[in-house]
Amino acid sequence: MTPFGTLPASATIPPAIDRVDAAWLLVATALVLLMAPGLAFFYGGLVCAKNALNTIMMALGAFVAASVAWIVAGYSLAFAPGGAALGGLDWLALAGVGLEPRGTVPHLLFFAFQTTFAGITVALVSGALVERMRFGAWLAFSALWTIVVYAPICHWIWGGGWLARLGALDFAGGAVVHVNAGAAALVAASRLGPRRDWGRQALLPHSVPLVLLGAGLLWFGWFGFNAGSAVAVNDAAVVAFVNTLLAPIAALAAWMALDAARTGRVTAVGAATGIVVGLVAVTPAAGFVSPRGALAIGALAALPSYFALLARGRSRLDDSLDVVAAHGIGGVSGALLTGVFASAAWGGTAGLLEGNPTLVLRQAAAVAATILWSAGGTTAILALLARFAPLAADARVQARGLDVALHGEEAYGTGEGAILVLAPAAPPARTAELVPDGAAVEA
Amino acid sequence: MKLIVAIVRPERLNDVLESLFRAEVRGLTLSRVHGHGGETESVQTYRGTTVKMELVEKVRLEIGVSEPFVDVTVDAIRAAAATGEVGDGKIFVLPVEVVVRIRSGERDERAVTPIVSPPAPIG
Repeated sequence: MTPFGTLPASATIPPAIDRVDAAWLLVATALVLLMAPGLAFFYGGLVCAKNALNTIMMALGAFVAASVAWIVAGYSLAFAPGGAALGGLDWLALAGVGLEPRGTVPHLLFFAFQTTFAGITVALVSGALVERMRFGAWLAFSALWTIVVYAPICHWIWGGGWLARLGALDFAGGAVVHVNAGAAALVAASRLGPRRDWGRQALLPHSVPLVLLGAGLLWFGWFGFNAGSAVAVNDAAVVAFVNTLLAPIAALAAWMALDAARTGRVTAVGAATGIVVGLVAVTPAAGFVSPRGALAIGALAALPSYFALLARGRSRLDDSLDVVAAHGIGGVSGALLTGVFASAAWGGTAGLLEGNPTLVLRQAAAVAATILWSAGGTTAILALLARFAPLAADARVQARGLDVALHGEEAYGTGEGAILVLAPAAPPARTAELVPDGAAVEA
Repeated sequence: MKLIVAIVRPERLNDVLESLFRAEVRGLTLSRVHGHGGETESVQTYRGTTVKMELVEKVRLEIGVSEPFVDVTVDAIRAAAATGEVGDGKIFVLPVEVVVRIRSGERDERAVTPIVSPPAPIG
């Protein structure tokens, strides 16, 4: 079996398109795309009502800005033939990306699948920065980060770069996507500083049903993310698909048990978080471990993320929506546990439990390299952007809510007192004529 | 006894609550209201529809206090709620005829005097 991207298209597979493989990748690409609104709802429900639209737009805006950067340069830097550190420039702006086979699927389709990955990865980072970052600065960050941070790491592992040659395993993006996003989130949240009311007012989720809706959509889309990463309908795709079902179940069960043991209650926000942590942890392992291994990974990965969440709540880090604990810590757990549970019978590579301790070391190298590059690149991009404009919205805008202040919309407006503006030339209506006497508090 | 009714910006609410807490003013009622105080209307756009929001979200605080606390409360609210721009709100001080504490039946000054127990943290 061939984890996608780790071999040049011509190495072992005859250049012919398999219609079944292509059909599955078409569906998988759409499934991954569904993770963008899923993530937007997940994050949108976790913030205050006055920031709900901004938070959703941060996720969608990141998806768009990153996708554009990816189409223009990122894809080529990650996947075009190149060196150990970076891909080439052959496929800039879709040049040379056509219907020719790449493996058993059309190159154009592989490109589309990878585009959704690039978009979702930056969107993950937004969770650490919401309720305070300026929208324009965030869009600029998303585009730069995709090229400077995501594309090289993607090349190292999936584009035939040095980590692939080292033998590190990352089926669908434990390091490339989640450790990467978690490290960037940690650096960016520290650099941006806390939200205005952080530390004196509990900033609680405004819509828990929206959080659960988002978590459900994420889980659904994740089947395309993980099983689609086989880029074929083969054993690896089936194993990855089933493991994407099993690991979150185990993580959710463990999370509920931890909740119940600690506070006596099982929480809904906790359940949504447990699902995401299970999904994150199984991502690098999906096609490499047995179904039992996936259950173990899900259950084990719940522990460090659960306690990282608790510790973050007591720390000085305002990682708004706990991207570091869910994706960073969850991704590290998953990447290392892939080295422990990898199974030669199920996924072609033996791990620690099958007597191959070196795989864990290779996994650790991939994690460490990802964290270093991501943290360094994120620091540099933010320092650059801060030279041109402030990164955070000022305290007054934060207090008023980013929806009204930055987007000119409200998530839950009643429409009361809204006066239709018919034409730009219309004279401004006088307040006194519109508000009945005595109904208004005068200035 | 006086009833103090204050209408403040929602974005200053946390500061007002903190300020009242520091001034040891305990016991208040809060409601979310819409009103207009002459400030510039904000403009919102939904697809092709552009609207001016004539009514602005405000927060109304109602606090019953004994005479020695009237100025303390007014000063605490004003200090925290003022931004210097139109729309900061108003503080009304109203006379009160009778106050009854429902739990104990205490009346007037005794009813607006905080009970002696560790207060719940505000803000």
